[in-house]
Amino acid sequence: MSAEPVIRIVLAKLGLDGHDRGIKVVARILRDAGMEVIYLGLRQTTASIIAAAEEEDADAIGLSMHNAGHLALAPAMLAALDEADLDIPLIIGGIVPDQDVPILEAAGVAAILGPGAPAEEVVAAVRNAVSA
Amino acid sequence: MSEQPRWQEHYDATHLRDVPFETMSGVPVDPVHGDEPLPGQYPFTRGLHAAGYRSRLWTMRMFAGFGTAEDTNARFKEILRNGGTGLSTAFDMPTLMGYDSDSPWALGEVGRAGVAVDTLRDMEDLYADIDLSSVSTSMTINGPAAAVLAMYIAVGEKSGVARADLAGTIQNDILKEYQAQKEYIYPPRPSMRIVTDMIHYTSAEMPRWHPVSISGYHIREAGSTAAQELAFTLANGFAYVEAALAGGQDVDQFGRRLSFFFNAHSDFFEEIGKYRAARRIWARWMKGRYGATDERAMMCRFHTQTAGVSLTAQQPENNIARVAIQALSAALGGTQSLHTDSFDEALALPTEKAARIALRTQQIVAHETGVTNVVDPLGGAPYVEWMTDEMERQAEVIFAHLDELGNGSILEGVYAGIDNGYFVGEIADSAYRFEREVNAGRRIIVGVNDFVEGNEDDQTNLLRIDSTTEELQRKRLETVKHERDSVAVEAALASLRRAAEDASVNLMPPLIDAVKTYATEEEISNAMRDVFGTYVEQAIV
Amino acid sequence: MSVRELSSADLVERAIDGNRRAIGRTLTLVERGGEIADQITELTHPAAKGSHVVGITGAPGAGKSTLTGQLIRHLPTLGLRPAVLAVDPSSPLTGGAILGDRVRMDDVAGDGGFIRSVATRGHAGGLALSVPGSVRAFDACGFDPVLIETVGVGQVEVDVAGAADTTVVVVNPGWGDAVQANKAGLLEVADVFVINKADRDGANDTRRDLELMLDLSHVSGHEDETGYRPPIIMTTATAGDGVQALWDAVTAHRTHLEATGQLEHRRAARFRYEVRSRLGTRFEASIIAATADLEPDGRSPAAVAVELAGHLLA
Repeated sequence: MSAEPVIRIVLAKLGLDGHDRGIKVVARILRDAGMEVIYLGLRQTTASIIAAAEEEDADAIGLSMHNAGHLALAPAMLAALDEADLDIPLIIGGIVPDQDVPILEAAGVAAILGPGAPAEEVVAAVRNAVSA
Repeated sequence: MSEQPRWQEHYDATHLRDVPFETMSGVPVDPVHGDEPLPGQYPFTRGLHAAGYRSRLWTMRMFAGFGTAEDTNARFKEILRNGGTGLSTAFDMPTLMGYDSDSPWALGEVGRAGVAVDTLRDMEDLYADIDLSSVSTSMTINGPAAAVLAMYIAVGEKSGVARADLAGTIQNDILKEYQAQKEYIYPPRPSMRIVTDMIHYTSAEMPRWHPVSISGYHIREAGSTAAQELAFTLANGFAYVEAALAGGQDVDQFGRRLSFFFNAHSDFFEEIGKYRAARRIWARWMKGRYGATDERAMMCRFHTQTAGVSLTAQQPENNIARVAIQALSAALGGTQSLHTDSFDEALALPTEKAARIALRTQQIVAHETGVTNVVDPLGGAPYVEWMTDEMERQAEVIFAHLDELGNGSILEGVYAGIDNGYFVGEIADSAYRFEREVNAGRRIIVGVNDFVEGNEDDQTNLLRIDSTTEELQRKRLETVKHERDSVAVEAALASLRRAAEDASVNLMPPLIDAVKTYATEEEISNAMRDVFGTYVEQAIV
Repeated sequence: MSVRELSSADLVERAIDGNRRAIGRTLTLVERGGEIADQITELTHPAAKGSHVVGITGAPGAGKSTLTGQLIRHLPTLGLRPAVLAVDPSSPLTGGAILGDRVRMDDVAGDGGFIRSVATRGHAGGLALSVPGSVRAFDACGFDPVLIETVGVGQVEVDVAGAADTTVVVVNPGWGDAVQANKAGLLEVADVFVINKADRDGANDTRRDLELMLDLSHVSGHEDETGYRPPIIMTTATAGDGVQALWDAVTAHRTHLEATGQLEHRRAARFRYEVRSRLGTRFEASIIAATADLEPDGRSPAAVAVELAGHLLA
């Protein structure tokens, strides 16, 4: 019996953006690090992500964004988490210009992972966000 | 029989560009070197034309589209002024997915990754003051391609250009959407009906139009290998051919209108082998399997774009070098047109300056390097010929798998592969393998996992799409909806729905009628969603 | 206050009240096993009313998820409140898993249902304990039916089929699919067959193959004892065709189980199986503890085992 509970993370693409290469790679990286990844796939809404996070008792939510919509979509997700009173970390991956990183962090995003982030960094970001 | 006399005849009949075909040092060079096969001869491994770029350079087609239609229109005019010879239009995500700018799905996406088109009014503004009879236009859209083509036809009509005189390409390659790009609306089979309707309509009515650009670009961007890009793309091509043949169309007729779109990635020789193999495979299959007799219907014409996925956010100026090398591979591979990516595209949409540098990069390849003096200059080189054979061999293995999956039909094999997750699974496996290699340091990406000094430089001068764009576009849409004749809109949508229900009716005429009433793209898509249903992908990792 | 800080009793109370997060958390604790899972079992047992448990199994790609998705959309329109337990394999190397293909729920009106993904590993005690525990929790929280979706292979299948009242086996048209299902032992456990993707060529051939196999196996099948023969339902899950017919077949099977006393019989067997699994888990821990420091002392292993068994059972 392992003492450490397995980390469960919901991964999803929020909105219309269909670039799923990165998030699929991340899903495999986290699986290979021993996590349980609930991959919701494309075209999710804040409501469908919240429902999944609640039903799956997820420890974190990871969203991937490649269409420069992060300044609209990440705050929308945070607001939805807030409204649902769901206190779990939100991690954003994808293309986020440097100048937007502090904006998202200030808004409450737990971690931001750029394209090409090494596997160890991805795994560490999730572990840290969950244990924070 | 020797190909030489036939090649000579073609070459002599070709109008050549008025430039000296000699080295920088003034030594004249022959147009072709090496033994047979020769360029312009079946199966076209060495190129489609006897004189290659001596007669005509590739079309320098730069992709543009952002914000409102007026913003993009201004960028188009800038491209034409700078010597660009073709317009390429990118649409925003809601437009690509069949939603209007006022849809809840559109939040944060309006005008961001391309131009927003809700109604014919937007298309009118997009091409305002551009003579549509003298430019060739490429439109990168798939799910709602039929509605957008209908709008383009309507814009032409209003500006006095007959549809027969419109020249260009609409991507309209729906199969690769299910495999890689994921911008689909309806399930595969009804989508194929729309595509074949468009092939039929343009074959009959628009001789200068390419109704499908069969695209490997997105397959590669999604993570495939070069051979998978080649094989999946050509297999999709075979699928369109089989669908058109099943609809009773003439392979020599529509075969001439098909074109392809490949990715230019960084492995120089692999890419060149890929383009050469593509031409050879396509010619062999069109002739051998599908019975084409007109050589023009066997020619694999293709557009190329440098690999967006190869651009790094780290030390972005390095991307200029990557793009130059990738562009050179496309030129040596004999592309018909080329888009070069802007160095800042890993971060955001290109700034005007970055887009200009990208265009200049291919102009340098075309005018300064001398590679355009000779057709297929690498032909006959052992490594290049081996690579070409190897690409073909790998592709044939994949074709055989799909043929078996479809019980002797590539079309059915492609449907089955979409349905059982074959394509997305193969692509995800390749993408993961690549990332692991980079992660383990077995592959060096300059500035990413090695040579990282200099990464701390600021990212400056990124193009930001003002969030007021979204508001502005919604207002424009509201105005159009207010001004139009809503009775006419409803009537046109009802007749579109009836046409969708009857597979024997071509959808293009009712679509043209519908867009002319200023019915919105979402209204039109919904009318067809009612009949065709929507596609939801299984979440396969 | 986060549900994660509640006592087991408060948590289960909230879950039974219908709080989605509390239900989610309750299921996590059940999956983790151990003492807290036992507490949850105690708390949920009295509230469980005997929901109809339906196993849905078949080869990967057969369309189980899509079919389950259609059911979870359709059943609320019949006034039912379904829950889904979707079981996916874990990586044998890392214990991690990618649990995919949750059904899109946002277009389901009102209180649609509940979907929970579980991995085959990484949960103490394994599925033989966690699946019945999760079913009991769903039951206590008012979900009926409880659908369990699994890939039809190996021990997972045995554990899951053992937990279901009605097992639905999904196959596709095409040569060999029925044969494969037979080889995999799915014919033995099937109460209802579904030929999904029935719009494809070969659907009728597959139906004929299945009928033939049922004819041949009738002497050893359920039919012999109770007169029940598994029906074959044709569906096209992507279009929602055949979903009502499938549900009719599932409820008909339930009626048959009740009428023949089989339901009671199956549930009693399930009860025994769960008790047996729990005993196994407990004793395994004791056995490991009792043998951890054992050194060879000249006696035979048989003699040592007999002596230790005496202590353990004392």
